[in-house]
Amino acid sequence: MGRYVIRRLLQMIPVFIGSTFLIFFMVYALGDPVAALFGDKAPDPATAARIRQELHLDEPLWKQYFLYMGQIFQGDFGTAFNGQKVTELMASAYPVTLRLTLVAIVIELIVGIGLGVASGLKRGRVVDNSVLLMTLLVISIPTFVSGYVLQFLLGVKWGIIRPSVSSEAPFSELILPGVVLALVSLAYVTRLTRTSIAENVRADYVRTAIAKGLPRRRVISRHLLRNSLIPVVTFIGADIGFLMGGAIVTEKIFNIHGVGYQIYQGILRNNAPTVVGFVTILVIVFLVANLLVDLLYAVLDPRIRYA
Amino acid sequence: MRGATHAKWAACAVAVALAATACGDDNGGGATGGGDGSGIVRSSWGDPQNPLEPANTNEVQGGKVLDMIFRGLKRYDPETGEAEDMVAESIETDDSQNFTVTLKEGWKFSNGEDVTAQSFVDAWNYGAHIDNTQNNAPFFSSIVGYDDVHPESGEATAEEMSGLEVTGDLTFTVELKEKFSTWPETLGYQAFSPLPEAFFSDHDAWLAKPIGNGPYTVDSYSRGSSMQLRKWDDYTGDDEAQNDGVDLRVYTDNNTAYTDLIAGNLDLVDDIPAQQLQNVESDLGDRYINQPALIIQTITFPLYQDDWSQDGMEKVRRGLSMAINREEITRQIFQETRTPAKDWTSPALGEQGGYDEDACGDACEFDPDEAKALIEEGGGLPGGRVTLTSNVDTGSHREWMDAVCNSINNALDEGTVCTVNPVGTFADYRNQVTTDRMTGPFRAGWQADYPLIQNFLQPLYYTGASSNDGKFSNEEFDALVDRANQETDEEDAIEAFQEAEEILAEQMPAIPLWYQNGSAGYSESVSDVTLNQFSVPVYDQIKVN
Repeated sequence: MGRYVIRRLLQMIPVFIGSTFLIFFMVYALGDPVAALFGDKAPDPATAARIRQELHLDEPLWKQYFLYMGQIFQGDFGTAFNGQKVTELMASAYPVTLRLTLVAIVIELIVGIGLGVASGLKRGRVVDNSVLLMTLLVISIPTFVSGYVLQFLLGVKWGIIRPSVSSEAPFSELILPGVVLALVSLAYVTRLTRTSIAENVRADYVRTAIAKGLPRRRVISRHLLRNSLIPVVTFIGADIGFLMGGAIVTEKIFNIHGVGYQIYQGILRNNAPTVVGFVTILVIVFLVANLLVDLLYAVLDPRIRYA
Repeated sequence: MRGATHAKWAACAVAVALAATACGDDNGGGATGGGDGSGIVRSSWGDPQNPLEPANTNEVQGGKVLDMIFRGLKRYDPETGEAEDMVAESIETDDSQNFTVTLKEGWKFSNGEDVTAQSFVDAWNYGAHIDNTQNNAPFFSSIVGYDDVHPESGEATAEEMSGLEVTGDLTFTVELKEKFSTWPETLGYQAFSPLPEAFFSDHDAWLAKPIGNGPYTVDSYSRGSSMQLRKWDDYTGDDEAQNDGVDLRVYTDNNTAYTDLIAGNLDLVDDIPAQQLQNVESDLGDRYINQPALIIQTITFPLYQDDWSQDGMEKVRRGLSMAINREEITRQIFQETRTPAKDWTSPALGEQGGYDEDACGDACEFDPDEAKALIEEGGGLPGGRVTLTSNVDTGSHREWMDAVCNSINNALDEGTVCTVNPVGTFADYRNQVTTDRMTGPFRAGWQADYPLIQNFLQPLYYTGASSNDGKFSNEEFDALVDRANQETDEEDAIEAFQEAEEILAEQMPAIPLWYQNGSAGYSESVSDVTLNQFSVPVYDQIKVN
């Protein structure tokens, strides 16, 4: 197990270097950011040249990348154009997005798995059909539609919540954005769980467990559910990274100052340090989440062992 | 055993999450945070692009804050646009080149420091110096000694501009390189604000919480998300704030800001999203403001391309201008938040400021037959085609460019001769423009820095001027601008500028499209909301009911 983890961690290094370089290259390909700093005015050549020099924009791309990576290993992620350290931006943005993701994942887990189990056990019945129909509906509605509609209904029409999230973004204000963010994935989790349960409910080990005279609750939770969760866990593991990076639409609708907002701002302003810094952290989150998922397999399925 | 531990951990996580959700439900409904009913105006904001230094701020969002915490030598009257003395007692000159500035007594910064002649001279020297890479440095370029502190390349050879000299606590003299009669009128621009000692002694602390001499002080500032400004009770000017403070909140999406306004969580939105313009009258009624600002949008021609600059092409350029149905586009696409352009300035200047609704004349009237005839007379479009270029990430640029092209295609009636070349980001677009890589006409927006006709013409069309993106060059035009700058009488100066504008009408280096209006909406809990010429709300005059 320990060796397996170390091997996986080592594998992350080339992935990390490769992905940061790709991101760096892509942001660089967007063009020179200095012109945009001056708005519709032409940049003053001397000032522009000085800014380029300070940001190393006058160096060739490979050199810029090495300078940047050198900084990163010293814990310096560079400075955004508004004069703020990127590490400061991260410190304010990541906790917010993390809270949002957490709310979304919890909703996905509880509602998604609950509905999945219910419909899987009652295959072909009314419950099953109505859940299927519901998930179909949810999958087909894009996030920005459900976001704006729910925001308008709950925030403006009925006045139950604030339509936007304050800059502190406490959990209480993140529930609706969390629901909106979770909706689509939730539908997938439901369907995955349902299929898995429906398949396993006829498996030999379930029949054995029932024959042993175990209570139904115990059969479902310990034997049936545990084995059926593997595809769901795989999905959610990949979803964590996706939710964090893909929250950009939800964050925009509810004015949440999280990761999506900072990346969007960074792209608009061609600010390489912000974009590369934030995406680098996202890459790490992705890699770690995937590793955790793989380790969880062993916990869920006793047949899987890592040497 | 491992399975059991895992199950316990999972149960725990769910319990925590439930607790969080449960405690969330308790206070989920009520508004949180300050700003309720205490005389505070809650307003939308955008993240300023650069640090909030006066000489480094060249966009509206940072400008909002500077307008609240700084007062310069002069200030533009929000209604008339006239530059009125603020900190200045007098600005005198005999020759339009050497100026003596005298300050009023008793002005203070909010940290207790006096506003002296040195505060201005230090601030201007800071703004001009190349080492400080301030975006607005060129505003000081008319002062003698600018080239020493801001050389075109290499290191500065001096620390201070020799043209600035402190002659007393409250007086200093300014020597300009050339005659510039309207120079004092430019001093209302925020780049010319004074700075306290604290700015230089602890720069980082100042940036974290800026200190100025205006009617508000910064109470707290969390960069990229919000700023709380409070009325400064010891403010030394006579235009003290009419409310207790302003809370600025950064919105990523102006739609959300608008929704918050409708839901009563916000008092003022100064950027109504295009999608909501149809509803705005029914949502807000008379709490909606829509008035011309000092912003004009044009289509500029790359005159550095022979195709567009050779003889006869001026007819083609005029023809294209006449092929655009401005009335219809401003009505259909912009819901009348743009006003069809009739000259190269802005109605926000007012007639006395040089706005002339006849300057463009027929060339700005939609006349498809005449347009077609003119273009044929001028030798036709280069290669029989024209491509419009602009960034399309903001401002409905894609929509109006398509509409302009349709208008041209319909007028010429030769199939699709006009196409649109969208550029993904503003940064990329400006980069292509400033490195002269345009092959066809492109969008150019211009927001004036100060309400002077000079600022609409000289930086854009004077030979070699800083924002002359199309590289227009005309001796007659240059001569008229030079003459205007030397006139000591303001009216004569404006007349000379208007004469110069006639040359633009003949040559059409840029097609005036429309003037951009400032728009804002406000809640029932505030009143006396107005916008100044820069489409920035005049915060200090807003009253909270």
